[in-house]
Amino acid sequence: MISLYRKTFNFGQILSSMLLLFLVLLWIMPTLGLFISSFRDKDQLALTGWWTALSTTERNEFRRTGTRKDQIERDGKYIISGNLFKKGGKTIQTFSTNFRNLTKYKAGVTAQFKDGSLFILHENGEYEWVSNHPFKHKRGKRIFYVANVAPAFSLDNYREVLAAEGVGQSFINTLRVTIPATVIPIMIASFAAYAFAWMEFSGRQFLFVSVVGLLVVPLQMSLIPLLSMYNEIGKFFGVTAKSYPGIWLAHTGFGLPLAIYLLRNYMGSLPREIIESARIDGATHFQIFTRLVLPLSVPALASFCIFQFLWVWNDLLVALVFLGKKDDEIVLTSKLRELLGSRGDNWEILTSSAFISIIIPLIVFFTLQRYFVRGLVTGSVKS
Amino acid sequence: MAVQLLNALLAVVLAIGVCLLYFVGTNYLLERIFSDKNYYFPNKDRWHRAIQPWLFLTPALLFLVVYLVYPVYETIRLSFFNFGGFDYVGFKNYIWAFENPEFQQAILNNLLWLVFVPILSVVFGLLSAWLADKVWWGTIAKSLIFMPMAISFVGASVIWKFVYDYRGPDTDQIGSLNAFVMLLGGEPQAWITLSFWNNFFLMVILVWIQTGFAMVIFSAALRGIPEETLEAARIDGAREIQIFLRIMIPQILGTIMVVWTTITIIVLKIFDIVLAMTNGQWNTEVLANLMFDWMFRGGGDSGRGSVIAMMIMFAVIPIMVWNIHNFRQEEKAR
Repeated sequence: MISLYRKTFNFGQILSSMLLLFLVLLWIMPTLGLFISSFRDKDQLALTGWWTALSTTERNEFRRTGTRKDQIERDGKYIISGNLFKKGGKTIQTFSTNFRNLTKYKAGVTAQFKDGSLFILHENGEYEWVSNHPFKHKRGKRIFYVANVAPAFSLDNYREVLAAEGVGQSFINTLRVTIPATVIPIMIASFAAYAFAWMEFSGRQFLFVSVVGLLVVPLQMSLIPLLSMYNEIGKFFGVTAKSYPGIWLAHTGFGLPLAIYLLRNYMGSLPREIIESARIDGATHFQIFTRLVLPLSVPALASFCIFQFLWVWNDLLVALVFLGKKDDEIVLTSKLRELLGSRGDNWEILTSSAFISIIIPLIVFFTLQRYFVRGLVTGSVKS
Repeated sequence: MAVQLLNALLAVVLAIGVCLLYFVGTNYLLERIFSDKNYYFPNKDRWHRAIQPWLFLTPALLFLVVYLVYPVYETIRLSFFNFGGFDYVGFKNYIWAFENPEFQQAILNNLLWLVFVPILSVVFGLLSAWLADKVWWGTIAKSLIFMPMAISFVGASVIWKFVYDYRGPDTDQIGSLNAFVMLLGGEPQAWITLSFWNNFFLMVILVWIQTGFAMVIFSAALRGIPEETLEAARIDGAREIQIFLRIMIPQILGTIMVVWTTITIIVLKIFDIVLAMTNGQWNTEVLANLMFDWMFRGGGDSGRGSVIAMMIMFAVIPIMVWNIHNFRQEEKAR
């Protein structure tokens, strides 16, 4: 009986493992595809799936030879020579002058064309075309070939988007938005949270319940009035309505309810005795807060910082409303959206830009996951 | 570029400076005015105690009022005014909304999102939390499933647009979904433009992101179930799947509700994914995107925009009430 139980349990164990493995693969595959693709050669990326990135693929293409201008005369013969490829990575197998019969000539073997001229095409694309008569054609002759393409990886895509597409500048802009918008709310919120947790005043319950209510008010309710308020203020002072200080303050306002809520819950759970004995020793609230409660609240401060950092870094809506689209203002998410519209088929640009936009959050996430999870779990798990 | 970053850091220093100046300064003044050396003031302690909390709270309350409370009031007001916010029009904007086909489409799609995204996120979250606790590499598995939480909605949209990429049936597919379909012998599809079903392809993105969130919360809740309860069930001969369905899930029902409502609120506000993937084309419009559209369409219509925002607000209110109710219960229990 016992052995039977163990057997089914093991079978269950294997089944669980398989199912979980399937889920994990399903979940990481899209990101993996993006990541691998962003390093691939852009011609390969456009033609074959990212899962073939490591394998050599066979491709049918054509290139043109040089024209009559390129010919030289040597020993009474006329010669055109050169290389079909600008860059390496392809190995020619067979070729032909007619696309119907791609395997007619082997690479490296001299072929005789109908007009009696001799043509040799090497595997690396180098060719030499020798004829007894001068070449007359104005356009190069088409050479159809079957080539093996070796997998090619490079940082070219990244180089291109960082410089030419302005993604590098957007990265800086996002940093400019994110750093102040993370630091400002944490200071304001921690003072308020302490007041809610440890100070006596009338209306405390009502005000904190209001904060709990504001926690879920959709951002959409704030946008239209704030947009016109910003416009009014801009007009009044004769400055532009969309500015970095404007978006810092907006993110501060939107982040405060969660900050106050998280910090107050954490500070409120600190042992009452510590705070009361400090009071008895004659410490003021200000001293207790700065010397005792704030240092003890570092885990909660850290988890809010991560929340706010990720939220601001990943935000699109607030940036679209409160910040312009000029080169020195457009943030990564907004830039990425524009690229989706204008360069929708250029996957080499989209994949590398997207990866640049997600790399910092991923680093933050993986290094500080512990605090992030702790912050999420606080208040969500019912005992 | 270095100058711009320096600017940002300077702003941080400045902001910290202003905050410190305020908090330290007001505290200093408070201590001075109501100090023991000040003989002219009776009841110093009471005044001190009454004023100090408000000094701590004022900056936060100011931000909350300017950025949330006042705008909510103003949006409610504007929803009864015409496009410029000058003339009172009663319920005209609301009537317009319900007769507008775009709006109806958005409501319908939002309902679809509201049903499927929380269900799928919760189911996948529960499943992965349960499975990950049984294997030795569970922590790594959870980390990987959790990872999309760190990715922006726009970034996720690019990732999935690549998955959904469509090429003609005669060429190699570079989108993994179409490659998979062709492997099974099917016809490749332009998934994003496939009316009605494309909604689900957009929802997948949010489910992909939110499953990690659900999983992490459930994982913590499942660990909180007393081991004796599970052991007792095992001794009674219950199978693992029965324990999961009959004991574990009922035990964490409260947590499931919290996750459900949290995801519901995110779904109600869903904007970035739709904007980036389709911008509401091919019948994928949702409320938040339509609202954003009306904020700027034809110079911006504050009346219609506000009405659409109000719809999202109406849907949130029950959750808000429930949250406040729960909070009150918890406070009583403390």
